Amino acid sequence: MLAAVNLNLAPSCWPVLPHVQNFALACERSHLALCFGLCHFSITKLSPKTNMSFTRSFVYSRHKLLNIYSCNLSTSAIKYQNVQQSTAAVKRICIVGAGPAGFYAAQYLLKQLSDCTVDIVEKLPVPFGLVRFGVAPDHPEVKNVINTFTKTAEHPRLRFFGNVTLGEDVSLQELRDRYHAVLLTYGADQDRELQLDNERQAPHVISARKFVAWYNGLPGAEQLQPDLSGRDVTIVGQGNVAVDVARMLLSPIDTLKLTDTTEYALEALARSKVERVHLVGRRGPLQAAFTIKELREMLKLPNVETCWRAADFTGIAEQVDKLQRPRRRLTELMLKSLGEQRKPRAAANGKQFLPIFLRAPKAIAANEMEFSITELQENEAAVATEASERLPADLILRSIGYKSSCADAGINFDPKRGHVCNRQGRVLKPGESDAVEPGLYVAGWLCTGPTGVILTTMNGAFAVAKTICDDIANKAVDTASAKPGFEPGSRRIVNWEGWRRIDQHESEAGKAKGKPREKIVSTEQMLRIAGV
Amino acid sequence: MFCLLLRHTRNSRQLLFKQVLKLPAYTVKNALHTTRFLRHGEYEWQDPKSPDEIVNITYVDKEGKRTKVQGKVGDNVLYLAHRHGVEMEGACEASLACTTCHVYVQHNYLEKLNEADEKEDDLLDMAPFLRENSRLGCQIVLEKSMEGMELVLPQATRNFYVDGHKPKPH
Repeated sequence: MLAAVNLNLAPSCWPVLPHVQNFALACERSHLALCFGLCHFSITKLSPKTNMSFTRSFVYSRHKLLNIYSCNLSTSAIKYQNVQQSTAAVKRICIVGAGPAGFYAAQYLLKQLSDCTVDIVEKLPVPFGLVRFGVAPDHPEVKNVINTFTKTAEHPRLRFFGNVTLGEDVSLQELRDRYHAVLLTYGADQDRELQLDNERQAPHVISARKFVAWYNGLPGAEQLQPDLSGRDVTIVGQGNVAVDVARMLLSPIDTLKLTDTTEYALEALARSKVERVHLVGRRGPLQAAFTIKELREMLKLPNVETCWRAADFTGIAEQVDKLQRPRRRLTELMLKSLGEQRKPRAAANGKQFLPIFLRAPKAIAANEMEFSITELQENEAAVATEASERLPADLILRSIGYKSSCADAGINFDPKRGHVCNRQGRVLKPGESDAVEPGLYVAGWLCTGPTGVILTTMNGAFAVAKTICDDIANKAVDTASAKPGFEPGSRRIVNWEGWRRIDQHESEAGKAKGKPREKIVSTEQMLRIAGV
Repeated sequence: MFCLLLRHTRNSRQLLFKQVLKLPAYTVKNALHTTRFLRHGEYEWQDPKSPDEIVNITYVDKEGKRTKVQGKVGDNVLYLAHRHGVEMEGACEASLACTTCHVYVQHNYLEKLNEADEKEDDLLDMAPFLRENSRLGCQIVLEKSMEGMELVLPQATRNFYVDGHKPKPH
């Protein structure tokens, strides 16, 4: 019994734990009653979340654990040797940014490198990045991935440091000194601008990114106060962010009340006078950036009529057969919807969703926006003509893409493209040369630019994590000397325990209102609830 | 005695591993209420109760590694993969909100599968490397007719540059 307890407590032996688990299971199979205590002990140690009464579904928790550790079991013989050889120099890896890319990379590293520890530092006190602050509140099933990330976060070799900002609380150089490898995954927190004259001054022009952050409760975004008192909103851009925003503006408020939309946003949306949302793109229906799932949701919104412009679809039907499947199905759906459109334009009481193609932003005026009428070239690029059209716009939402910012002066950042200069996730040294910074990596939108679904980010993060493993194996990253890792000092750090307190607080506050959670928006309040 | 047992355990890990996976089904059944429509992977941990239920399938992972698996009628292919350590993600937990369990189904088995519904097709449209035989693993539930089926996981994207930049060889 004592030996087993010691095993549990010595951090260097964590990777051996599956065997303890294994052992305990074996004992249980042989009905060694004494071992139940030990088995239970290792479970509570491994996964604090399952600190349930022993009588409650012991077998269930065991299966959960087996699920997590089955991968380790399969190669346990090799891994055990590795652990024994290298308990002296643990490979320390730091991930900056606790979004999908960071968590997926951590998941891969913990699985493939049995002698590594992973620390995730995050600017906000709370984890999950765009899964929490980007995914639309009415898409709760997309957020199920949080369960996978939580499993990763509760891995004994992972530490979470929330409320630590790269470039402010800690410099890149400091992290590189303290870790064998540093992986940057802090995403894209800025957005591309229209490059129009009074874009920044005009009070009725706001970025869709900020609007999303506002309804999703990103700390600081609660100050946005978008003016929803006008009838017409014009969204520039036709990606899925644009469609999300349009859906939030047009959805019945009673549906949104059942989501984790922040309370202040619900109040503002309930008072909203918005009736028509224009979704304007430079190019044609065949180049539309939204995907079919998002369009179908718009078409099914109760009490909202989708109004296409028949002229935009001239010659489109003839091309459908030549298209690749995703594009073909999307185009067919648009054409079907166009065909079903009622000829006399909507009754006055309903709301309208108006996708408009072949219009490029030209000028911003009070309560309206001027667009150049464009023509498509052979290469599908849109070229502005002399002709223009004015669209009513009491509020203008700019949604033409995200871009990353340079968090630390030590990062070789490409400001034009808005991402970190890299080759397959290895950060390049500044200058023209192709040399890489040893032990410095980038993944996620900071690496690729802001495109792709979660699968794209996952594959990218796995690929970069594999590169890290390869570089360590090939000694391209020097792991001979021990590194100390991050030391919080007197900073107010939110660890995973702290996040669980916030999580619990939010869930309970949500329950009272019939919402999945009521997000805390103030950083100070988050820190207080986390107990730091 | 425990120390000895522990050492013994370490030395016979492989043996134990096999035993662990063949846990008698009764433990699960006693602890949980399970039906074949449970969607959180518990059902897949039950062993087949009779040979009639057994469906053998093969997963081929991103690196081409083949894993033969004994499943049973009613098993969800995503959770069956999890049980056997095959790296098929399921980010949205089979709620049809992502594409992380994208697989290619052997052509001659395609028609034996239930037809993909609109929602699944809409998601597949977003999956990189979409092919005619693409499906979402979480929507495939084993039936006896799928005996011998092979599921191939798509390769991860090789070139993940946003601007199509090709790295120079060095």
